[in-house]
Amino acid sequence: MTSFLVFTVLVLIGIAVWQLTKIFDLTQVGGVSENSEIANDKDNSVNGYLMFAFVGFIYVFTIYSLYAWSDLVLGTPASEHGKDVDNLMAISMALIFFVQTITQFLLHYFAFKYRGKEGKKALYFADNNKLEAIWTIIPVIVLAGLIMYGLFTWNNIMFVDEEDKQDAIVIELYAKQFGWEARYAGDDKTLGKANVRLIEGVNTLGVDLADPAAQDDKVVTELHLPVGKKVIFKMRSQDVLHSAYMPHFRAQMNCVPGMITQFSFTPTVTTADMRNDEAIIAKVDKINKIRIKNSKKIVADGGTALDPYTFDYLLLCNKICGASHYNMQMKIVVDTPADFKAWLKDKPTLAQQWKDANAPKPVETAEAVAVDSTKVIAQVIK
Amino acid sequence: MSHDHGHHKETFITKYIFSLDHKMIAKQYLISGLLMGIVGVVLSLFFRMQIAWPEESFEIFKVFLGDNFAPDGVMRNDIYLALVTIHGTIMVFFVLTAGLSGTFSNLLIPLQIGARDMASGFMNMLSFWMFFISCVIMICSLFVESGPASAGWTIYPPLSALPQAIPGSGLGMTLWLSSMAIFIASSLMGSLNYVVTVINLRTKGMTMTRMPLTVWAFFVTAIIGIVSFPVLFSAALLLIFDRSFGTSFFLSDIFIQGEVLHYQGGSPVLFEHLFWFLGHPEVYIVLLPALGITSEIIATNSRKPIFGYRAMIASILAIAFLSTIVWGHHMFVSGMNPFLGSVFTFTTLLIAIPSAVKAFNYITTLWKGNLQLNPAMLFSIGLVSTFITGGLTGIILGDSTLDINVHDTYFVVAHFHLVMGISALYGFFAGVYHWFPKMFGRMMNKNLGYVHFWVTAVCAYGVFFPMHFIGMAGLPRRYYTNSAFPLFDELADVNVLITIFAIVGAAFQIVFFWNFFYSIFYGKKATQNPWRSNTLEWTTPVEHIHGNWPGEIPEVHRWPYDYSKPGHDEDFVTQITPMKEGEEVLHH
Repeated sequence: MTSFLVFTVLVLIGIAVWQLTKIFDLTQVGGVSENSEIANDKDNSVNGYLMFAFVGFIYVFTIYSLYAWSDLVLGTPASEHGKDVDNLMAISMALIFFVQTITQFLLHYFAFKYRGKEGKKALYFADNNKLEAIWTIIPVIVLAGLIMYGLFTWNNIMFVDEEDKQDAIVIELYAKQFGWEARYAGDDKTLGKANVRLIEGVNTLGVDLADPAAQDDKVVTELHLPVGKKVIFKMRSQDVLHSAYMPHFRAQMNCVPGMITQFSFTPTVTTADMRNDEAIIAKVDKINKIRIKNSKKIVADGGTALDPYTFDYLLLCNKICGASHYNMQMKIVVDTPADFKAWLKDKPTLAQQWKDANAPKPVETAEAVAVDSTKVIAQVIK
Repeated sequence: MSHDHGHHKETFITKYIFSLDHKMIAKQYLISGLLMGIVGVVLSLFFRMQIAWPEESFEIFKVFLGDNFAPDGVMRNDIYLALVTIHGTIMVFFVLTAGLSGTFSNLLIPLQIGARDMASGFMNMLSFWMFFISCVIMICSLFVESGPASAGWTIYPPLSALPQAIPGSGLGMTLWLSSMAIFIASSLMGSLNYVVTVINLRTKGMTMTRMPLTVWAFFVTAIIGIVSFPVLFSAALLLIFDRSFGTSFFLSDIFIQGEVLHYQGGSPVLFEHLFWFLGHPEVYIVLLPALGITSEIIATNSRKPIFGYRAMIASILAIAFLSTIVWGHHMFVSGMNPFLGSVFTFTTLLIAIPSAVKAFNYITTLWKGNLQLNPAMLFSIGLVSTFITGGLTGIILGDSTLDINVHDTYFVVAHFHLVMGISALYGFFAGVYHWFPKMFGRMMNKNLGYVHFWVTAVCAYGVFFPMHFIGMAGLPRRYYTNSAFPLFDELADVNVLITIFAIVGAAFQIVFFWNFFYSIFYGKKATQNPWRSNTLEWTTPVEHIHGNWPGEIPEVHRWPYDYSKPGHDEDFVTQITPMKEGEEVLHH
């Protein structure tokens, strides 16, 4: 079946080429009767008009894209700096569309307007310092503005004030093929030291449990953030490069084995509020319609239907990291401060988990060992 | 055919295989580059099919990828990454670096500056054959059982260093590194040759400011290559050490598959610096020759001098200089010091200035011209169009603040494919259509050329323009399938559209290939100067001879862009035409 389709497509392309060349051939009728494979007036004319049509195509395609696909673009930013990023993006985009519209028009319009004619002579116009100065200086001014705005925002995002640090919560994002874990620094706002050489059993992050700062660290597999509070992320990776990409928060930083990288932001919209955002509701509806449609096909083929989609913030891996790179994600939940506190309070500290898992000390009585070993087995099974 | 310099008898082998003649070596580069191009494009179609119709079974995968790479016709997820990697490598290095520069630098530098051949014909031949060997190794790596290199064309360690991390980092990566090491040696020999030839072998009267912009572009490209390729070589070498001899240049603190590895103290970020110190200039190594070719073709076919010749040279030099101090814009979120990010944002956005100058100068060259819309001219105008569309989004990606959220998404894929991929490819095609008569003594069919251009132009926009939108939707590149995220379900239709455009666009390249190979043998016989061009290559006889000119090398009396100069009957004045009595130089 496939080979038949491929064959049909090839035949159709062949016919299309034949027809198209014939059109170009037909335009030669009545032209100069040379056949030198060099463009003559007819060719110039046909291709000149096509050039003009092409700028039309660019415009129509752009307008169609804006109409059909604008709603695909990430909506309301969910972080404080996200608004600045989106503002700068909007300014840059406006500039780009402006320049694109004008230069593409000039380029293709000139290609049409000045299409060659036998006997016409072109203008000998080799240089003009004034013109060249104009189109050097205008970009300089525009870019100076963009650079300054950009760098101002960049510095605000990347450098955390000492004051903010006092108030922030510190979370480690830990990447490995192909999943994420997060470690909360706890009340001391300091993450315990860690190294992959210490990875053992439940201590999957290689935390140095002898470090006093590590005692209140908590490790989880679902990221919860309190709304309105600065979060400082410290990224680590245990194997290859990963990238912690949180598109809704306009946040991204690579996770590099052997070093700790950092990114911080303040979430501004809780998950619950975002689910009530109009654009998000429309998006979710649209996606669910697609999923229902897809499910029908899957069910007809004997599979199980897709789960309906509800909106959640996500952490994605955005640096090629191996075969399952495409499915390395963690859910992010932005809570109200109270909910966040309650959620975190319930989580055991890593030190506690370790103690539970390794409770039987080797030099204990036989009975105790017997009792505790079941506990260990239970932990392992868990 | 007379051989004025034929001191030795030519056999088939010395003429067609181990040729020392720059024109033959150019053709060898061209055909190798085109064949590699077919491989590169076909690989891209395969992974585009996987993205559009994820995890579906295709007969064609069964045939080409086999049971190992595509069990039951469904592409394996690591093989998807392998295809992406090899597509990138082949297109960037083998097609658009060696294929484009190798072909046109070799063909045009001696012919346009008035030299009998390259400074070192032997090194030139060696350069081609080392390139050929590297092609063979790269193609062989496609047949390795554990799969070809799969760490992306940027081969960031540790992924590229550890076979435990992905199967392609075993033998496949070894072959990739060997191939690239040989490729770099080849490229350096070629570049040194180009630089030496341009500096030493210009004919009488061919001052630097009378050189065509093509030669300027090739010259500057070769210098960038010499400056930056050795750095990639060192990166590759150190990576080989890490992989094979247990050193820790790029690796540290790694725990993989339940095991701690011994590496300590290295940094993957160091590799990123070394890689992009080549990687970014590489973009211009690809693009500048295309811009040089376009400058020449647009001037010739507009029957007008290129506007702002000196500004064009200045902008080539400015781009070349800036290209070596902007590499960090690929690393804004790599974990390098954010202060460095500021510096690189600054230098990166500066590149927009010479680029804007170039674009406006092209447009002004068209203004009030007498445009001969040959296929080469269409591709050149197409290049300016995609250079603008793709270049403008550089303002976003070069801005560290905005890069945070579009980094490594399809927005980047759209940007660089338009600005360097498609633009350079258009430059390549333009060059082939324009200098085909010089290379093969025959003409390519123009109508097939027109069909080729218009379908390609529409499809190129159709493929890459929508990618901006899915990129801004947050879709990461290099995902085997997007079905793991319900969030991306609504992007599926766009991806299907892109793939259809890609398939149609690729299929129509058959028109080009057919035209190319048919015309080599059966094309119309070319005249000596079919495009009525000023430059020196068209003063050589149609039939190729050793030493290019049968008698003395002609002397050059003027710059190459005296088209439609007042006071002359013809609308072109070749560089070898002496200045008339009282004729003034009308350009600066």
